[in-house]
Amino acid sequence: MIQVRELSKFYGKKAVVEKVSVNIQRGQITSFIGPNGAGKSTLLSMVSRLLDADTGEVLVDKDDVRKMKSNDFAKRVSILKQSNFMNVRLTVRELVSFGRFPHSKGRLNEEDVRIVDQAIEYMELGDMEDSYLDELSGGQRQRAFISMVIAQDTEYVLLDEPLNNLDMKHSVQIMKILRRLVDELGKTVIIVLHDINFASVYSDRIVALKDGRVVKDGPTEDIINSESLKEIYDMDIPIKQMSNCRICVYFNS
Amino acid sequence: MRDSTKLIILYALAALSVGLYLFHDLNGSYDYALPRRGVKVAAMAVTGVAIAYATVVFQTITQNRILTPSIMGLDSLYMLIQTLIIFFLGSTHVTVVNKQVNFLLSVAAMIIFALLLYQLLFKKGNRPVYFLLLVGIIVGTFFGSISTFLQVLIDPNEFLTVQDAMFASFNNVNSDLVWLSIAVVGVCIVIGWRQLRIMDVISLGRDISINLGVPYDRMVRGTLILSSVLIAVSTALVGPITFFGLIVANLSYQFLKSYKHSVTLAGAAGLSLILLIGGQWVVERIFTFSTTLSVIINFAGGVYFIYLLLKESRSA
Repeated sequence: MIQVRELSKFYGKKAVVEKVSVNIQRGQITSFIGPNGAGKSTLLSMVSRLLDADTGEVLVDKDDVRKMKSNDFAKRVSILKQSNFMNVRLTVRELVSFGRFPHSKGRLNEEDVRIVDQAIEYMELGDMEDSYLDELSGGQRQRAFISMVIAQDTEYVLLDEPLNNLDMKHSVQIMKILRRLVDELGKTVIIVLHDINFASVYSDRIVALKDGRVVKDGPTEDIINSESLKEIYDMDIPIKQMSNCRICVYFNS
Repeated sequence: MRDSTKLIILYALAALSVGLYLFHDLNGSYDYALPRRGVKVAAMAVTGVAIAYATVVFQTITQNRILTPSIMGLDSLYMLIQTLIIFFLGSTHVTVVNKQVNFLLSVAAMIIFALLLYQLLFKKGNRPVYFLLLVGIIVGTFFGSISTFLQVLIDPNEFLTVQDAMFASFNNVNSDLVWLSIAVVGVCIVIGWRQLRIMDVISLGRDISINLGVPYDRMVRGTLILSSVLIAVSTALVGPITFFGLIVANLSYQFLKSYKHSVTLAGAAGLSLILLIGGQWVVERIFTFSTTLSVIINFAGGVYFIYLLLKESRSA
């Protein structure tokens, strides 16, 4: 379980994240939703140590994140940000192999190679493992990065808007893979999402943020209703039930 | 072609340059000419390797392939020191005449300056590397302006001595200093070499590096210091020549196309040896000293730099 306690981040005097406390359960997909500027990405960055928190603490399975060694942390929690600009030209396999770095320090043994093979297989990248990343489409590249995180083999996987710039087909593909990661491999996925319908269909729990604070936190069915959404987004959003999915019809509200 | 094949070709060419420089037209002067040429070759080798190394790792931490460590203002500081010495103490003072004293003074000043700069900048939390570069540019320009101002005021004969320091030259390096430089650069590279796999990760950017458990900010600081020491030593030994690093680093990326630092660094170092030693041979035997190597480096480097700028702007 990841426990976030009273976490705050200030830019100047403005609090971007203010005294946020949430518990994230193992073996589930937890989605962070909320309007632009709500502090979702900042919160995720602080949990994953990309950003230093100004106050508060984060515990991963009861261990204080700040007291953990970088390398030990990287074996337990992985993070993927939305933009991954790189100056070097890598093939898919080379990128995925980097996922083993916390374990192997760059010297891959047979076990590492096997895990890299599996990660590539899992993301169905086998036929393009020797292609360079800059030759791939956005969806394929995103899959390659997720494959790296899978090779990293951490209990917790944090993703910051992994569906950005992806079309419907690829978005669904990525979300299905994340669902499988949880259901088949028992991982814990924490994801920042913009599209509430993806959050509604695929997540077990939803944490809604607004102006740097948690406004709602609970199982998906408790959050996806017109009343709660009104509080989060200041919009009247009707919900339609369609074949086991609750769809928010926000396009003309 | 495999990376190792390419590297073998590079180092064969480097060995050829060394052989050509040492033995061409020697006329059996083993006691007089050979040791003198040997010192020059050692000076060029240590400078070339130091600059290649400093530039490649600097470009990795700044995620930018058209920067050189000279952006941190160390070259300008070196010029300022030389100008100040001559302005206040004159060209016959011990700090000018005695090369050992001048070398130690310059190296000490550059390293202390670099450490102070980093200390100042990193004390207040983790600032982005680009902030450091901006400060470096401003301080560098400031040093450059003071130097120019003082150079205008001094006696023209004294100015010639300053001018001597403005261009890198291998023609009268001191052999004691060469051995000292080799020792310092050797230690730096041994320290750096053990962390090359971490540098491979750092070239993926800050977010991915931290995700993969690399202590990113600490590594960046360490690399900056290492890079500064290498630049300080090579600049104090032969003069400002950091532009050269840009050429060899980029040629190495283009030729080897590898993401591994062990490969690109070895390539850049090999190219350094070929270009410096081969180039010096051309300057001495073909141009018969009518020009200096640093003029050629700046000319060829400038053309290559424009090519790189055009290429980068097209790919962006």
